[in-house]
Amino acid sequence: MSVWADLRGQAHVVEQLRRAAAGEGLTHAWLFTGPPGSGRSTAAKAFAAALNCEVDDVLARGCGVCEGCREVLGETHPDVVFVRTEKVTITIDEAREMVAKAGDRPQAGRWRIIVVEDADRMAERTTNVLLKAIEEPTPRTVWMLCAPSPADVLVTIRSRCRPVGLRLPPVEDVAALLVERDGADPHLALEAARAAQSHIGIARRLVQDAAARERRSETVRLPLSLKTVSQAVALAEQLTRIATDEATSSNEERGAAERARLLATLGIREGDKLPPSLRAQVRQLEEDQKRRAKRSVTDSLDRTLTDLLSFYRDVLVIQLGNGVELVNSGLAAEVAEFAAGSTPEKTLARMDAINLTRQRITTTNVAPLLAVEAMAVGLI
Amino acid sequence: MSPATRSGRSPGARASSAGTVDWRSVAPAPVVLVVGPEDYLAARAMDAVRSQVRGVSPDLELTRLDAGSYAGGELLLAASPSLFGERKLVEVHGLESMTEEFLRDALAYVAAPDEDVVLVLRHAGGTRGKKLLDAVKASPAPIVDCQPLKKDADKAAFVAAEFRGSGRRIEREAIEALVAAVGSSLAELAAACSQLQLDAASTVDAATVEKYYGGRVEATAFKVADAALAGDAARALSAFRHALDTGVDPVPMVAAVAAKLRTLARVAGAQGSANQIARELGMQPWLVEQAQRDIRGWTPQSLAEAIRAVAEADAQVKGLARDPAYAVEHALGVVSAAAQAR
Ligand SMILES: [Zn+2]
Repeated sequence: MSVWADLRGQAHVVEQLRRAAAGEGLTHAWLFTGPPGSGRSTAAKAFAAALNCEVDDVLARGCGVCEGCREVLGETHPDVVFVRTEKVTITIDEAREMVAKAGDRPQAGRWRIIVVEDADRMAERTTNVLLKAIEEPTPRTVWMLCAPSPADVLVTIRSRCRPVGLRLPPVEDVAALLVERDGADPHLALEAARAAQSHIGIARRLVQDAAARERRSETVRLPLSLKTVSQAVALAEQLTRIATDEATSSNEERGAAERARLLATLGIREGDKLPPSLRAQVRQLEEDQKRRAKRSVTDSLDRTLTDLLSFYRDVLVIQLGNGVELVNSGLAAEVAEFAAGSTPEKTLARMDAINLTRQRITTTNVAPLLAVEAMAVGLI
Repeated sequence: MSPATRSGRSPGARASSAGTVDWRSVAPAPVVLVVGPEDYLAARAMDAVRSQVRGVSPDLELTRLDAGSYAGGELLLAASPSLFGERKLVEVHGLESMTEEFLRDALAYVAAPDEDVVLVLRHAGGTRGKKLLDAVKASPAPIVDCQPLKKDADKAAFVAAEFRGSGRRIEREAIEALVAAVGSSLAELAAACSQLQLDAASTVDAATVEKYYGGRVEATAFKVADAALAGDAARALSAFRHALDTGVDPVPMVAAVAAKLRTLARVAGAQGSANQIARELGMQPWLVEQAQRDIRGWTPQSLAEAIRAVAEADAQVKGLARDPAYAVEHALGVVSAAAQAR
């Protein structure tokens, strides 16, 4: 399957990147933007694979089967570096390391490629380290930066990058992808895609993990029984617990997968004796996994609040009567009853309370439980 | 404390694990598993086993191993019978990062442990070596689960138990003050207990605790929160300013106020007697009674407003504000007023 197959509902982007990979309009710096779940890093990775694809026909680059493509997709290609941070920001030292790597000549492929997945998580000082490298790139180097929106990247950088704008694919496209790629049940896939509001990663998780579906359904039902301050404080505790459970479970899964991948890269089968020389590498991975645990609780809490927000979004849809499809279609009757008991103004105020807390937990190191409590009393 | 069973396995008594035992009552057995992230409790459990073995066999041979750098064979060597018949105690740390070699040797050993050896395994958490943990859980070995004490009620119970063991008395207000002052670290809390047992002449009261630990950040935070929730804005603000002048971080003060409001909200919605509520919420009954008294001055709206104000202050001190002190003072004002809304 070609590397573009995962970019459903993004025909314009596929067209743009395909041409560039064929040599038409290729440049040294690219900025991939789009809301979470739109597939920014998937698009960057596909593009990187196409640039280092070994097929001779330039129009068929990104075949998905040659060694070059497979290595880039598996993140084992020697010339393609993926920079992602689990921390709140990319440090200046990490940025210097990227710049140093970018200067090396490609060894195996045509291009040396640096994919920065969280280009929005850079302080201005850090960004300036990159700026020079992007302004005066080495001839065989391509930078690919990813961020939620162009405004998340300093204008000096933005102006030197060719923009690639991704949008959230329609729910149907996400569902179809899950059916084709993962063999998901079509009905379940559609429900998951809708619940995830087209965020592919989340939708996939909902399809694959019944416990994750259960947690989500618990979350969106919480507003139904919220009447008092005591209940609000209990609800806050539940939400933070759901988010922590979610983070723990996805961390464990991801941790095990990463470990398996590392062992495979090192040529060791699970259960084999680990040679002492490689222990440090495995240990390092485990340390990194521990460090990112905190960050992922925050991400997961934000996600849980997004699920909660979807309930009020549905309430608003019904109150405004504009016939848009509900995210929580399984909860239609309850949502309708709730909508009848309040006003659009009240619903908007509640959504504001949720968004304020989301902003606080993602941008500031606030105490999550307290922030969610303050939100919850605003939902009464 | 239960009597030390020399080598745990009474014939046919139990088909599977002796199960989870409290760290205070753990006794030596051929294999003892100490799990859980609270290192301090784990150290106490291991101390308890060691001193019991030593009590019976003063010429004990003690070996300590690190499972994270284990290369193979050391376990069998350490656990092999001694020529002179000394009792053997083998303590293995770091099972959470055990090597494959350790896993292999330990699995073989726990399947048929030597009755004259006490093997203590320490696993701080995580999924590594799950096979071994499962094997031990399916065996008659006692397991000590060392979970952090998160609730103040559990910390208070810990202090009470520490004092019970010493024969010295402590008043419950003193326990509360002590937990508030040094409760964030269990090791510190235990150290404070033994310090007070050594120094205090008679029964330990709140004044003694104040004298020893009153200047601590947590104690200051406790005072500020107490005043604000009592509706005494002047006292809350002066305690807060005094704390700031002495270089105390405002963050724990915000957290202390938030914790008190949380308790208030939870107690306000609970049904039943103070004892029932205490059990349900995992709190000490007298704290429930105090919250039930405090709640009289509040309305649901004022409580909601207070929680919002404190969350706002938290966001401000964590980096949004030009003047974090002002943000906290404002919140203290809102909370104090909210406490007298009725
Ligand atoms: Zn290819």
